[in-house]
Amino acid sequence: MPKQVIETFSVEWLQILDEDGNCDEELRPSLDNEQVKKLYESMVLARTFDDKAFKLQREGRLGTYASILGQEAAQVGSAYALRPTDWMFPAFREPGASFVRGLPMRMIFQYWAGDERGSQIPEGLNDFPITIPVATQIPIAVGVALAAKAKGDAIAVMAYMGDGATSKGDFHEGLNFAGVFAAPVVFVCQNNQWAISVPLKRQTASRTLAQKAFAYGFPGVQVDGNDVFAVYRATSEALMRAREGGGPTFIECLTYRLGDHTTADDASRYRSPEQVEQWKKKDPIERLRKYLEKGGLWNKAYDQAVSSQAKEKVESAVHEEESLPPPDPLDMFRFTYQDLPADLREQMEGFVNTNGRRDQRE
Amino acid sequence: MAKLTVVEAINLALKQEMEKDHRVLILGEDVGKNGGVFRVTQGLLDIFGEARVMDTPLSESAIAGVAIGMAIYGLRPIAEIQFEGFVYAAMEQIANHAGRIRTRSRGRYHCPLVVRLPYGGGIRAPEHHSDSNETYFVHTPGIKVVVPSTPYEAKGLLISAIRDPDPVIFMEPKKIYRSLREEVPEDEYIVPLGEARIVQEGTGITLITWGAMLQPTLQAAALMEKNGTKAEIIDLRTLSPLDSETIIASVKKTHRAVVVHEAPATCGVGAEIVARINEKALVYLEAPVQRVTGFDTIMPLPKLEKYYLPDAGRVIEAANRTVNF
Repeated sequence: MPKQVIETFSVEWLQILDEDGNCDEELRPSLDNEQVKKLYESMVLARTFDDKAFKLQREGRLGTYASILGQEAAQVGSAYALRPTDWMFPAFREPGASFVRGLPMRMIFQYWAGDERGSQIPEGLNDFPITIPVATQIPIAVGVALAAKAKGDAIAVMAYMGDGATSKGDFHEGLNFAGVFAAPVVFVCQNNQWAISVPLKRQTASRTLAQKAFAYGFPGVQVDGNDVFAVYRATSEALMRAREGGGPTFIECLTYRLGDHTTADDASRYRSPEQVEQWKKKDPIERLRKYLEKGGLWNKAYDQAVSSQAKEKVESAVHEEESLPPPDPLDMFRFTYQDLPADLREQMEGFVNTNGRRDQRE
Repeated sequence: MAKLTVVEAINLALKQEMEKDHRVLILGEDVGKNGGVFRVTQGLLDIFGEARVMDTPLSESAIAGVAIGMAIYGLRPIAEIQFEGFVYAAMEQIANHAGRIRTRSRGRYHCPLVVRLPYGGGIRAPEHHSDSNETYFVHTPGIKVVVPSTPYEAKGLLISAIRDPDPVIFMEPKKIYRSLREEVPEDEYIVPLGEARIVQEGTGITLITWGAMLQPTLQAAALMEKNGTKAEIIDLRTLSPLDSETIIASVKKTHRAVVVHEAPATCGVGAEIVARINEKALVYLEAPVQRVTGFDTIMPLPKLEKYYLPDAGRVIEAANRTVNF
């Protein structure tokens, strides 16, 4: 018998807005001027926040923080495609997405300042807290998607991850599960090409991450992650398909981590400044700015207004966070179970007694 | 009243809770058509359909993670991990998410999930099918750990576990799956979590155990009684949170105690029990508390497992050391 080809796949690349702000109008998502400006303003806000968070850490006012510099389009474009009824699972490098969803900025500062109340997602906002153990949010997101499907709720779930996550077991288990049960979930991978110091080529021998989806039986696409139009278009189409019962999609947003892994890292130890400079030229905000300018939607006065509004929002969030009373130590005990078990109550009482005496001595 | 095995009692509890509460569903490997490798979920697929009795991929971490997501969304999933030796792949989900989500979200999310976990030795099973790994879960904050010792207990405890607002690891001792029968009420009833039970009252010594080890402990107690020592036997039922009160009250009465468990000695739940007795009842003791446990070795394959698992002889020996101290 002659050999036969029984399966083939091809990976699409989607770019709508290039580095110079030229736009493929046929592919451009149908967003009105106000919506496009909103995308721009959200990216500026994300970057302003990021810059502030970095500085606060250096001043000792924030703990370790993971920068999003250069990844604003991947986050803002994807989160903008979500509906309030959809669910969103961040990894730990998606504050840009969280702000679009409506998470108070104060809470992200709180979280990285070491206050768990930053993970107390407000009622009505269907977001999961930041997840640090890499890829572990993926099966949980699939579970929420399958529960929604079981209940007949026409919603979709978006789960973020980085390129490093694609090497983890939970990535495989979660995507495989999602494929088998046609879960209404959209996986958004911010491929920023670095997992701390380890480059993408050490995560995978695949040419793209997008192609991994085909092995799980659903579509994968690679988009220019620094192109907010491409990210928005790919994610909104995938979300729509998911809500309508069409199953999962994997979207690889090809981007670049311009900053260090976290404030505890020094990327100059393992990568060349030339590479960083090259990627700075692909800046997601700058290219949308150029596009807006060409369309007469951007001028210096607008820019100044956007930038000062962003700074104001960020400063006010910092002020809000820093004015909060410290968390109550008894919260450690209160939320372990719904009802405090007797042995834990005893530990809590011991803590109160010891701590009370210590406070008196001080 | 029907006399049921542990398998049948658990099956009945699952069926009744699924009938009563449409949020309850089962997911796991082979739980559907096959009814589970131990037939615990037998017949449930036919009654409740594929949406509520889900045969999943061979994927322990996803089974746990998906169940966590379902619980967070408001369902009441019961995940079956086929054998305790395969639960380690799900451990990250259980420890990093199931146990933490209520605390880290300050109550915004919680995880009413049951993980059913057949565990323990004594059934001549292959490698990785016979461990007693309860300590990992007991040591993990935010989850509860429950172990039934009889069919009646199994039904009532499982119903409590399903209705509990927190994640519960429900460990099913394989050794007693079919080796015991007892009368189990057809009507639903609960056995509360977090409360140990006094299996028999006594004054000479307290024997503390759970799960499959209740049987050799009962045999030992019967032999000891012939020799004049009436043991008080405590079946813990819930290992986390631990019912210290029942243990301490009994030790204050009997002044002697032996803990019996299958798991390795070091950092086994027995160690925690000894520590609590030391903290709260040391001056009542006439002798050091003894432990009868598995060894700090790899659980052997079937040809050696009888040497590993505690039996009545070892319980009596430890009790004698205590009584003759």
